[in-house]
Amino acid sequence: MDRRKSIQTIILGAGAAGLAFHGCKTEGDSKVGEEMVQTDEKYFGRTPEELELIQKLNEEELFNAHELETIAVLSTVILPPKEPHGGPLEANVPEFIEFMGKDIPELQTTLLGGLMWLDHKCNTEYGTEFKTATLEQQKAILDTIAFHDPEVPLEEQALELQFFSLMRGLTVTGYYTSKVGIADLGYKGNMPNVWDGVPEAVLEKHGMAYDPEWVAKCVDQSKRGVIAEWDENGNLLT
Amino acid sequence: MQIKESTEVYDVIIVGSGAGGGMATKQLADAGLNVAVVEAGPFFDPADPKTMTQLKWSYESPRRGAGTTRAFGEWDMAYGGWEIEGEPYTHEEGTKFDWFRSHMLGGRTNHWGRISLRFGPKDFKGKTRDGHGDDWPIGYEDVKPYYDKVDKLLGVFGTNEGLENDPDGFFLPPPKPRLHELFYIEGAKKTGIPVIPSRMSMLTKKINNDRGVCFYCGQCGRSCSVYADFSSGSCLIFPAQKSGGQVKIFVNSVVREITTNEEGKATGVSYISKDDRKEYKLKGKVVVLAASACSSARILLNSKSKQHPNGLGNSSDVVGKYLHDSTGSSRAGFIPGLMNRDVSYNEDGVGGMHVYSPWWGDNSKLDFPRGYHIEVWGGMGMPNYGFGWNPNEFNKFFNLPIGGYGDSLRDDVKKYYGSVIGFGGRGEGIARKENYCEIDPTTVDQFGIPVLKFNYKWSDLEKKQAKHMQATFEELIHNMGGTPLGDTPTKEQDYGLLAPGRIIHEVGTTRMGDDPKTSVTNKYQQLHDVDNVFIVDAGPFVSQADKNCTWTILALSWRASDYIIEQLKQQNI
Repeated sequence: MDRRKSIQTIILGAGAAGLAFHGCKTEGDSKVGEEMVQTDEKYFGRTPEELELIQKLNEEELFNAHELETIAVLSTVILPPKEPHGGPLEANVPEFIEFMGKDIPELQTTLLGGLMWLDHKCNTEYGTEFKTATLEQQKAILDTIAFHDPEVPLEEQALELQFFSLMRGLTVTGYYTSKVGIADLGYKGNMPNVWDGVPEAVLEKHGMAYDPEWVAKCVDQSKRGVIAEWDENGNLLT
Repeated sequence: MQIKESTEVYDVIIVGSGAGGGMATKQLADAGLNVAVVEAGPFFDPADPKTMTQLKWSYESPRRGAGTTRAFGEWDMAYGGWEIEGEPYTHEEGTKFDWFRSHMLGGRTNHWGRISLRFGPKDFKGKTRDGHGDDWPIGYEDVKPYYDKVDKLLGVFGTNEGLENDPDGFFLPPPKPRLHELFYIEGAKKTGIPVIPSRMSMLTKKINNDRGVCFYCGQCGRSCSVYADFSSGSCLIFPAQKSGGQVKIFVNSVVREITTNEEGKATGVSYISKDDRKEYKLKGKVVVLAASACSSARILLNSKSKQHPNGLGNSSDVVGKYLHDSTGSSRAGFIPGLMNRDVSYNEDGVGGMHVYSPWWGDNSKLDFPRGYHIEVWGGMGMPNYGFGWNPNEFNKFFNLPIGGYGDSLRDDVKKYYGSVIGFGGRGEGIARKENYCEIDPTTVDQFGIPVLKFNYKWSDLEKKQAKHMQATFEELIHNMGGTPLGDTPTKEQDYGLLAPGRIIHEVGTTRMGDDPKTSVTNKYQQLHDVDNVFIVDAGPFVSQADKNCTWTILALSWRASDYIIEQLKQQNI
């Protein structure tokens, strides 16, 4: 079975279903010029060698079910789900973190060791594993590792601080590189359009203005489809 | 094992399919010659949905764009990188050079920055100007007609500004600046640094009916599927085939050496097929090397024979010498004025900058002889791997806590999204005989071909230039009301000067000249030693300017191709 597909089942089947955010929906946005470009969702531009590597990594198992559940719980404490764009589980953050741990093996010790530290600490303080602790207990533990001294290089700080920083980085990255996270951010690009400058209201908000002389040299988008011709001095005629 | 030899004799064999090889293919095939193109990597067409990365979302990959298999992130369209498994290179102890290779049809033109700058009149006459390096045997007036033709054939946007050393051309109109670029224009004005529309080879306007027009996804590094950016395969090689040219492409074919006859003339090439790992031979009347400056030097040095004991074209012992890359030093700054961005609009624009600063300084008053230009980046880009590192690091500028977790992270991410601007200084280093690549007799690649060993050190001149870049960047960031990120690179850090090779503008290994004792080719890029071998990549450059090299490779390759056609007509070769 494809490890990637099984992770969600593991997490949701093991009682973490309550963490998932329901009813989230993102809507696509159709824009000018889409007919020009053909994409095929079956592919994402990998060479045969790259596909082989991804398949190999997908078959490997880095985390056991308990560790995956702990990652799911921890990631949702780091970035709680929020209407209307869900949270880490809708963004497949646990799958992403496991994949990256396999893709970049240097991350493994910090991730595996950090998860062990989390349970050890929680057991010592509260007699329970992190994933089953109350939110207050979880936060009390995270408060001790979530604020590292920015003046000291991370690699010179305690493992648990490195672990939290890595987990936060991966969680926020995983969320904001997902479909729901990109919708939450509001990023409008990655689709065909015709750029014709910063909207007036935005210019105003930031106290900027276009220099008319500069703009006069810029492309007249109504003539973008007209074949370019020049005079002998390089002046555009069309 | 017997080496398999083709019976067909090609008019021209072109080794490599990047900018130089693509242009030679187009010109020579259009002239009716029977051309074989030998490419080390696979076939690649930016329009093929199977290999296309354009318009893919980060979440379409399990690694969300991380650079595990591609140095510039997994959407970047270069098959290869600084290191290629099974194809090593070595270094002289204590020296550095990072060699970027892309093995695929079109080579590095599939991912390049499309910054398309002409060299100016001063750039061809460096020695006359300041005593450093050497003059080219040609001048701007020799290349200008070809720059003009390249502009019209391939398309480049920009503006005619009448600048002495940044010549005018035949430009398509540029796109309007983005918000962070307006901040840059304002900031630069305060220091008196000129800013003009950038000059890049994307089609902001139609130039013919075969290529599409830019639809502003900002992803030229992924190679454009509608051919709206210049890539060598889509804009030169395919059109050459389409117009009925005789172009036979050999892919996955790694050239080992140029073969020669008793008279010492080239007879073709021998190559190893990656498909069956067997050696083959192709016969040709003319061989054109376009494998990249270092790869072409390697092929020449490996082409030893009784007639050419020091390697082909190397009686001068200059092959591999004078290797030089552009200098590069970068810096980023946090600009509070760019916080809390309005995300209601798409500002992807073209891939890369809409504005830039050509060199403005007077080197006679500075402690380094050559200039640099400033490239600008920033804006609200698509999140990819790494987007979430230190999401609220900039809280430090407001005495707010850094780190933590919870809902506030969402606010922090949005507050700071698009508030960073970055600068890259790209300058001219001096070409020196002491900086070179040579064959390492102790090491071969997986095809049994001896590899290159690099020996390259920056001098104080380049380091002083980088120091100037950093001081300029800091001033610009302050002018924009911002704070530079990270510490100012120190003298011990060479002021942030990147290792040679990092800017991927390596040139000079087979330099041109009038004197066969001090140069490898003549001014038409023909080997002094062997009249039916030409080099049309950046090897023949006498000096790099503070410009990117591709537009000049294209112009010179066209010029050399015209010469080849002429010489064949006159039966001189």
